Amino acid sequence: MPELINNGDIQTDHWVYLEKSDEPEKQTVPDGKVLIPLSTWLAQSDRLTGRIGADFGIWFDSDEEPETLGEAVRQFAVVGVNFPKFADGRGYSIARLLRERYGFTGDLRAIGDVLLDQLFYMKRCGFSSFALRPDRSAETALTGLATFQEVYQSATDQPAPLFRRRA
Amino acid sequence: MYKYDSYDHQIIKDRVNQFKDQTRRYFAGELSEEEFLPLRLQNGLYVQRLAPMLRIAIPYGMLNAAQLRRLARISRDYDKGYAHFTTRQNLQLNWPSIKDAPQILAELAEVEMHAVQTSGNCIRNVTSDQFAGVTPEEMVDPRPYCEIVRQWSTFHPEFAFLPRKFKIAVNACPDSDRAAIHVHDIGLQIVKNADGDLGFKVLVGGGLGRTPMIGAVIREFLPEQDLLTYLEAILRVYNRYGRRDNKYKARIKILVKALSAEGFAEKVEAEWEHLKDTPNRLTQKEIDRVKQHFVPPDYEDITDSSMLQNQLAENTYFSNWYSRNVAPHKRQGYSIVTLTLKKLGVPPGDASARQLDQLADLTEEFSFGEARVTHEQNIVLADVPQDKLFELWQRIKPMGFATPVLGTLNDIICCPGGDYCSLANAKSIPVAEAIQAKFDDLDYVYDIGELDLNISGCMNACGHHHVGNIGVLGVDKKGEEWYQVSLGGDSGQKASIGKILGPSFARNEMPEVIEKLLTVYVEQRHEDELFLDTYRRIGLKPFKERVYAGTH
Repeated sequence: MPELINNGDIQTDHWVYLEKSDEPEKQTVPDGKVLIPLSTWLAQSDRLTGRIGADFGIWFDSDEEPETLGEAVRQFAVVGVNFPKFADGRGYSIARLLRERYGFTGDLRAIGDVLLDQLFYMKRCGFSSFALRPDRSAETALTGLATFQEVYQSATDQPAPLFRRRA
Repeated sequence: MYKYDSYDHQIIKDRVNQFKDQTRRYFAGELSEEEFLPLRLQNGLYVQRLAPMLRIAIPYGMLNAAQLRRLARISRDYDKGYAHFTTRQNLQLNWPSIKDAPQILAELAEVEMHAVQTSGNCIRNVTSDQFAGVTPEEMVDPRPYCEIVRQWSTFHPEFAFLPRKFKIAVNACPDSDRAAIHVHDIGLQIVKNADGDLGFKVLVGGGLGRTPMIGAVIREFLPEQDLLTYLEAILRVYNRYGRRDNKYKARIKILVKALSAEGFAEKVEAEWEHLKDTPNRLTQKEIDRVKQHFVPPDYEDITDSSMLQNQLAENTYFSNWYSRNVAPHKRQGYSIVTLTLKKLGVPPGDASARQLDQLADLTEEFSFGEARVTHEQNIVLADVPQDKLFELWQRIKPMGFATPVLGTLNDIICCPGGDYCSLANAKSIPVAEAIQAKFDDLDYVYDIGELDLNISGCMNACGHHHVGNIGVLGVDKKGEEWYQVSLGGDSGQKASIGKILGPSFARNEMPEVIEKLLTVYVEQRHEDELFLDTYRRIGLKPFKERVYAGTH
């Protein structure tokens, strides 16, 4: 089973990450724990509002904009941000905007090409859970969350930059 | 210069350990080639034509004696005993092994050096004026702001995977620009507003490479405290909207062009509205803290210049060197000396381990233990007492640092080219050498005066050919090396991109082509006109006609 790092714990990942559909208005949303594409949510939100809860959420692709939902993102318990390739860095900005601008306080999950060496930066940008690529060990990846003991910049995890904290 | 505190040391130490583990996982097969690539690039490690290449950061060009000695030792222990100063105030080792790289980084960290973000699609080493802090031309010392930007950009979590590389340069001189800020992704010009407050004029979207462009001003005045929040706004707009589908269209200049400078500025200002009052706004305390690291050294009062005047009058060679390689200093009795790494027969910017050690000694004896590296690939001793200039000159002559050609035809900027670089279409070093050999008559070189001759081995333009008064670009024509010439480039305050002269030339034709261009200049120049001035007055045509005469 694929693994999920959630707030520093390793769990079996029981979530379904529904892929984007060319016809989002017709896409079937399965029962159980599921993250659906933003486009599907926008097309079917009337019908799906009842699903909102701990087992349901949406995900943004790297070319989608947090502005589309604005503060409405707060209604979800879980929101995913997709990294189609680990080198596509748009998800870091999306995450910070969801957290810092639109006030999302639920579980923010990195999905897609999620690798150990990006976890530290992802955590700093507000991600709280990580759906690792299935071929990677979550055990090893956990160490990636603690690469640096100190950081210079302000970000979601540490709003005060080092220059305001320096002893 | 900036001295690390325990925080800076810890951050760099953690980085060394991180890369050590990444390298271990790469060799253990746990990281694929593709996954290791950006990780090693963000630690300065390229894989080149002949061997890996390690690019070490020299933040805004500052080096001290201990660092020079460490670089010498590393180049001996892990390389072939020499190193190459680049056109972006970095230093490259051309022959280290990947396995040794973590150990090299650990040894660099001991002297407060690193290779962080010297490559890859991230914010690169911030560059500045090699005369910062000592030139009478500047408004204030730009280095504290460079250091503030360095810390902000180091391991910035949001901007480690940008569409493409990102370069920031800072200049504090109103009338000159040795940092080439007009051809950087972001150029920061330190200015004062009508109230006398310090701030920055912000330029965005300059760059060389395939699509050379001069940066556009998107803000005339940004208060100094707002520096980081504004940079963050620019980078966020770029990170979100810069093109990722085509690496040749991924630089910020393409985005700025697509949106127009006004359109881009609007997006940045809108983003900045959200950021400007966050804790990321600089405090006066922090600005003052960093400025403390750049206070002037303990200068002596030197008022009597008669000895220097006598030495200049008695020795023409010394006087030639003085007039070309020595620049005026803020402080009376002191001079700024440029040591040239442009000796005939040695690739521009190359320094042997022995020379690095010699440089370390020279900084201690003549310049308070510090040196700077320049984007023209030379070394600067910034604080030399004038009564020691003659002694310094005598010392550096046999070392090969006193070639009195600074700013002239023979002070060629040149990338490593096809001899070392896997991207290059053509060799660049032999062209530089052939030109230097052809113009070995110093009287002629001095008569030609100020002239930037820049050579790049390919479109990536590491030799800055677009902004050379004469630019030379290596091109590949059916597997053969040819050279395209452009005229009129300038990286200064009136920055301009050179215009292509016409069809390209074979390598052996190049010295003669340069000679013809210079002849047109000598014939047509008005009194006191530099090559660039004459070109701007008479245009491309007379040069073109001379060079291609009889070839049709």
